[in-house]
Amino acid sequence: MLLLIPLLPFLGFLVNASFGRWLSKTMSGGVAVAAMVGSFAASAAASWTLLGMPAGGRVIDQDVFTWISSGDLLVPFALRLDPLSMVMILVVSGIGALIHLYSTAYMHEERDSEYARYFSYLNLFAAFMLVLVLAPNFLVMFVGWEGVGLCSYLLIGFWYHKTSAADAGKKAFIVNRIGDFGFLLGVLLLFSQFGTLDFHALARGISVFAPETARFGTLSVAALLLFLGATGKSAQIPLHVWLPDAMEGPTPVSALIHAATMVTAGVYMIGRNAVLYSHAPGVLELVGIVGVATAVMAATIGLVQNDIKRVLAYSTVSQLGLMFVAMGVGAYAAGIFHLFTHAFFKALLFLGSGAVIHALAGEQDLRRMGGLRKELPITYWTFLVGALAIAGIPLLSGFFSKDELLYRAYANGHPYLWFFGSLASLLTACYMFRLVILAFHGERAPDAAAKHGAGHDGGDVSQGAAHGHLHDAPRPMAIALIVLAVGAVLAGYVGLPGVLGGSNRIESFLEPSFTVESAHAPASTAQPAETGGEAAGSAALEGGLMLTSTLVACTGIGLAWFFFVRRRDLAEAAARRFQGLHRLLLNKYYVDEIYDAGIVQPVRILSEQGLWRVLDVGVIDGAVNGVAVTIGGASGALRLLQTGSIRAYAASLMLGALLILGYMLWW
Amino acid sequence: MFPVLTTIVFLPLVGALLLLLIENRDGRRDAVIRWTALAASLLVFAATLLLWSRFDPSCADFQFVERHDWIPSFGVQYFVGVDGISLFLLVLTGVLTPVALLSSWESVHKKVKEFSAFLLVLESAMLGVFVSLDLFLFYIFWDAMLIPMYFLIGVWGYDRRIYAAVKFILFTAAGSVLMLLAIIGLAWMHNSITGTGYSFDLLKLYDLRLPWQYEFWFFLAFTLAFAIKVPLFPFHTWLPDAHVEAPTAGSVILAGVLLKMGTYGLVRFAFPLFPSAAAFFAPALALLAVIGIVYGALVAMVQPDLKKLVAYSSVSHMGFVVLGICALNVQGMQGAIYQMLNHGISTGGLFLIVGMLSDRRHTRQIAEFGGLKAVTPRLVAVFLLMTLSSIGLPGLNGFVGEFLILLGAFRWDPRYAAFAASGVILSAVYMLWMFQRVNYGPVTHDENRSLPDLTVRERWVIIPMVAMAIFMGVLPGIFLRPMQPSVDRLLQRVSREAVARAPAAGRTDVTLRATVPADVRVKN
Repeated sequence: MLLLIPLLPFLGFLVNASFGRWLSKTMSGGVAVAAMVGSFAASAAASWTLLGMPAGGRVIDQDVFTWISSGDLLVPFALRLDPLSMVMILVVSGIGALIHLYSTAYMHEERDSEYARYFSYLNLFAAFMLVLVLAPNFLVMFVGWEGVGLCSYLLIGFWYHKTSAADAGKKAFIVNRIGDFGFLLGVLLLFSQFGTLDFHALARGISVFAPETARFGTLSVAALLLFLGATGKSAQIPLHVWLPDAMEGPTPVSALIHAATMVTAGVYMIGRNAVLYSHAPGVLELVGIVGVATAVMAATIGLVQNDIKRVLAYSTVSQLGLMFVAMGVGAYAAGIFHLFTHAFFKALLFLGSGAVIHALAGEQDLRRMGGLRKELPITYWTFLVGALAIAGIPLLSGFFSKDELLYRAYANGHPYLWFFGSLASLLTACYMFRLVILAFHGERAPDAAAKHGAGHDGGDVSQGAAHGHLHDAPRPMAIALIVLAVGAVLAGYVGLPGVLGGSNRIESFLEPSFTVESAHAPASTAQPAETGGEAAGSAALEGGLMLTSTLVACTGIGLAWFFFVRRRDLAEAAARRFQGLHRLLLNKYYVDEIYDAGIVQPVRILSEQGLWRVLDVGVIDGAVNGVAVTIGGASGALRLLQTGSIRAYAASLMLGALLILGYMLWW
Repeated sequence: MFPVLTTIVFLPLVGALLLLLIENRDGRRDAVIRWTALAASLLVFAATLLLWSRFDPSCADFQFVERHDWIPSFGVQYFVGVDGISLFLLVLTGVLTPVALLSSWESVHKKVKEFSAFLLVLESAMLGVFVSLDLFLFYIFWDAMLIPMYFLIGVWGYDRRIYAAVKFILFTAAGSVLMLLAIIGLAWMHNSITGTGYSFDLLKLYDLRLPWQYEFWFFLAFTLAFAIKVPLFPFHTWLPDAHVEAPTAGSVILAGVLLKMGTYGLVRFAFPLFPSAAAFFAPALALLAVIGIVYGALVAMVQPDLKKLVAYSSVSHMGFVVLGICALNVQGMQGAIYQMLNHGISTGGLFLIVGMLSDRRHTRQIAEFGGLKAVTPRLVAVFLLMTLSSIGLPGLNGFVGEFLILLGAFRWDPRYAAFAASGVILSAVYMLWMFQRVNYGPVTHDENRSLPDLTVRERWVIIPMVAMAIFMGVLPGIFLRPMQPSVDRLLQRVSREAVARAPAAGRTDVTLRATVPADVRVKN
């Protein structure tokens, strides 16, 4: 039954990839959406079965076939459903189905064959992503891991005739490969230590060790290497550079792959290996630090970007950073909870931005937007819900999950992570509402109208642009927006915290996935339930922090309002005043430039000038040709002896005979 | 018993002779000749498949053995057999030869008869190398292979074909000569140690207990010949020239099969014949292999010529194979053998595609292309698949081999694995960069606007490769399982020294080997 979940989208891929050129748009879009809906139904059915099982024993295994077997290495291609993967498959197939639906309208301007190609990639992505989250061992996970990377590459570069899109796709793949390098080595290290790649068996093997608190042992090295993989996939420092460029892809792709699902794979992978990370506290600390640094850095960049999608991209990087903070403080469930809610509101925001771009014929520059509130009411209201959710306004989903993870950071003894995490939240609220204000409020910039007729060179659709007034999202897009908006409001209630009268059901539900399944497992992960007076104290703390979070969110929104509505001149003045800082942020701290100058160009020049032209052609091949020339020269010299003159031969014969004779006589 | 292996080995030769009987003045019967050659090679392919189906996968011994005296006074025999290691190399040769013939259908117009005949003769020699269990016989096939290859490059190649052909011959011959000396030395040592006369019989020589200094020098002589063929850094410089100048069919066979003869030689001869020398030299060889992986990738990255790029990528990929062999454990060895097959498929496939591009545009410069995806979508689709296979995407063939090799290497010495794994990054860099420059972006050259997409013939050429890449990536067990017993046997042979050095292991075959001199033990 589990197999059906990734198989349906895969079949959808096969249909569209093989017969796409003969299918109408309705057909190929229909097949793709149906595959996803089917997959969601199968996921829901499987989840239902899982929920019916007793807590603590919620695991469904399905063996498909033996994939690789060599010596003591045995890798079955199998699938496994547990609470953690259940949350993931529901997100991937559910939000995936909505985004497929949205795409049927968004991509409608493409030619039939391109339309089918788009949906085949999108289905393939969903299949790989579902394999990734259902994988019971590292190697099957790696299939999904690389597979989603491939689809991301193909979809970022979907408009391949644009050099920037092709570049961005390639960059994404290569940066991810740097992470994969760490991932692979981590997997090899774990296998050579424990003789298995199965997550459960590994957790059992690891749990007998004491946590490596003092020294930096094998477990820490393995955890660190895997974390490198996670930074690649989830766009964390130092491998975050690919994600903003990935916005070259169609907007629904950004929503699905580069916001809701694929980029969370790194967070998921750490959650999946919670036992390992709990045994490597040093690395876990690093995870938290990298996460919070990324969160703050990306949020500051997000403040000044003018491309609507880039703002959202940096927002994604920043939010992923917060999820890593949760992982880093051992609050795995809180991290996954934030992943869950983030999937709703970030997909919503991206799809909303897509609706804007769609309406404006491909315009992505915030400075040329404004006043869209009246013309695009559905888009505006749903987008506003998403923005409020991500800002952390109480009673919306983002509030619960973000608050939970910040509280955990504080309660687990990392106040500085809490502080910088809150700073990132402040910035988040601020840049999100800057975006909302610039795009939807005020008046449209005068040159925006001129842009309309021109269309967009990116191949983004230009429907409605030719008309005088703008069209709001067409029906499939509107449905997706509204459903996601509802989700963005409600998703948080699965994890209603104790202070507000809930019992945080998602955390207790997820908890078994982060521990060794045996009963006597050490409660090394997350926080055990507090008791007695301690509980009262922590409730007060939680309540206090919650209030702080609310204040932070409101402050952020207030700042945005002050600078971009009330005193717009001040924002510009500040930009002028702190020109250096502004340029630094606008240029994303020059990280791309540093990498290019520090790594890319040196390697290229070394390879071309040093290795190829000098070492290979010059030295190595030169030595070979030198030998050949030497032999040729020596032969040439010897050839002189072959004069063909009888007299010369006779003379040399004579000379030889005399020498031999002399030798025999004298010695 | 029916001489299956002899039939398979000499069937192509018979086909070649048949071709020579067809009169073909002014190329009037080119079509007849092409179809005859193709039929012969397909027949051979079918025979190799039949061989596979009759092969007993649970048996570690050589199967389908044929043994006849040839030159009794020197102990030379006609002795052939196949095991799990050579079986798939035979099948690979069987697949690639018809593909190579078909790929030159429209690009070779000059002396079609001779071309096809040489290709079939070459196939016979290659098959012979993989089945020979007598060193003398092996050497004959090994050197016989040079002649048709020399002509294939030298006559049907591109502009600097003569230079490349001569370079190819000289490099290989230089290695072979030393190997010949070592082979004769081995036969002579067999006589002086056992007193039962000369012997080139591989199985007998496996059990020979050689003094250390002989093992040392013989191993070096064999390994030099094989390292040149692989080619292992720094003996690789013949390869880019040979590939660039060879016609497509030549490149496919060269990359697909010929290079494997080097690594096969290491696995079949150098390592098990001289186990203590192998253990002694393995770290050094592995170091060269790892350098080759990184170096080949970096140099491939900056090549402006498509064929050179793929050629240097071969240096990188074959480095993986040698690394796996040197690890001397199950995963490393199995991964290495699997990677030999993978490389034949993926690099062979890439050369085919480069050949198709070159047929269309008569250039192989990357800068001359760009934006092909809009013009030839199907060609680009298979190009993408072969590219992904080459960079080891899981689900395709390359990943299985690379992963097993890395695992084997990691268990032996994590440092080698760590450096080799950087090849994972670099292969993505050079392949995707090339792929992008050829296929993405706007169409920059007007000549490219009207290029035809895959023809029916080209589909028949490339689809088997794509199918194999997927099949071998999803179901590697079909290949790994029959390999396992032979690999285990091989590792037993090679690791006798290691076992002898660790008596605590309590293995029974400890006494089979001579003890290692003290200085070796210290160094190890």
